[in-house]
Amino acid sequence: MRKLIVITLAVVAGFLFTGCGYNKMVDLEEQVTSQWSQVENVYQRRADLIPNLVNTVKGYAAHEQETLEGVIEARSKATSANVNPENLSEQSIEQFNQAQEGLTSALSRLMVVVERYPDLKANQNFLDLQAQLEGTENRIAVERRKFNQATQSYNAYIRKFPQVIYSGWFGFEKKDYFESQQGADQAPEVEF
Amino acid sequence: MFGFIISNAQIPERPSPQRLVNDFAGVLQPGENNNLEAHLEQFARETSTQIVVITLDDLQGYDPGDFAFRLGEEWGIGQQGKDNGLVILVKPKKGNERGQVFIATGYGLEGVLPDAIVNGDIIDTEMIPHFRENNYYQGLASGISVIMDITQGEYTAEYYRENYANQGGGILPVIIIFFIFFVIAPILSRRRRGVYSPGKSLPFWLALGLLSGGGRSHGGSFSNFSSGGGGFGGGGGFGGFGGGSFGGGGAGGSW
Repeated sequence: MRKLIVITLAVVAGFLFTGCGYNKMVDLEEQVTSQWSQVENVYQRRADLIPNLVNTVKGYAAHEQETLEGVIEARSKATSANVNPENLSEQSIEQFNQAQEGLTSALSRLMVVVERYPDLKANQNFLDLQAQLEGTENRIAVERRKFNQATQSYNAYIRKFPQVIYSGWFGFEKKDYFESQQGADQAPEVEF
Repeated sequence: MFGFIISNAQIPERPSPQRLVNDFAGVLQPGENNNLEAHLEQFARETSTQIVVITLDDLQGYDPGDFAFRLGEEWGIGQQGKDNGLVILVKPKKGNERGQVFIATGYGLEGVLPDAIVNGDIIDTEMIPHFRENNYYQGLASGISVIMDITQGEYTAEYYRENYANQGGGILPVIIIFFIFFVIAPILSRRRRGVYSPGKSLPFWLALGLLSGGGRSHGGSFSNFSSGGGGFGGGGGFGGFGGGSFGGGGAGGSW
């Protein structure tokens, strides 16, 4: 008899969850997670371009050692910053962001230095790399925006009535956005 | 998903009926416009790859790339799953303002059309020289013909036809399944009673499940249809935008 009650309860609960958006919460959370991997992918794509870029610049501007080393160091920091997509805490996103911003600013310093080498700027290989780098920055911007959109849909959904009552029971908590750091979107000033 | 379409009010609304050439800046002659539209529609029918041309005088402060990605995403250019859409955004040169062009490639076209090809072989070589001479049609036409050559083999119309068949005749598979389970299966099971008896009630459940599944997908396609506004009935001529997605691929230039 008790078994029967348990089964009945389980079935009723099952219907309630599907009806009240449990499945939707799972779907939305899954979207946030997969969008995060997209974000990591595009950052990885940028990191993959760097060895080639550094080598090309080296050929023309060998004595810019310091700037080049800065880029290499920032790259290794950026690639070692990993975030578990199942557990996106504010702290881990922040750390990841900082490492990536470090690489962004090292790269923009390099691009400023490059201005002094007209031969390098005319090099086809360099131009291609520059175009690829630009494309990667575009992709990063797009995937970050999509991640924030996915997070927004998820956050809005779990905090709506009636989900707000029970979303916490199943561990659906508000997720953090991927905010860009202040000033990160400003291009560095070039002084001659 | 649709919430974001509303919240991004600055991106122009999807035209109704849907068109592939959207000359908001008015740089094309009516004949040129129709010619380009027909050409692009045919290409979309044959390959399912959707190329959208949009000209605008004002990008509302957006970076051209950003604008093109958002527009592609929100209009849903390209087929869902294939993401084979492409946006050619042109901001014509006006007075002292530079002209700008950006080609955004959907996720599915990033492989055949790498940014460097878009930048060098298409924008710098084919488009900008004509744009400089104020000949927008020629620039667009020659750029598009290169894009078509490159992407030709990437996707076939099969995918498009599949979608078309689903949207047009969503009820047919349901009827067939209904027929099989309620007419043929009972006949067969009566003939070989011994073999089929354990699963006797199963076909009913299966059919029910399939029916509800079919009904749902039909409903989905119907609502797409109505939100599309142009879609199949509205004379879009290329099947309507299919919900493709953009991830920041592509390149731009200015003159």
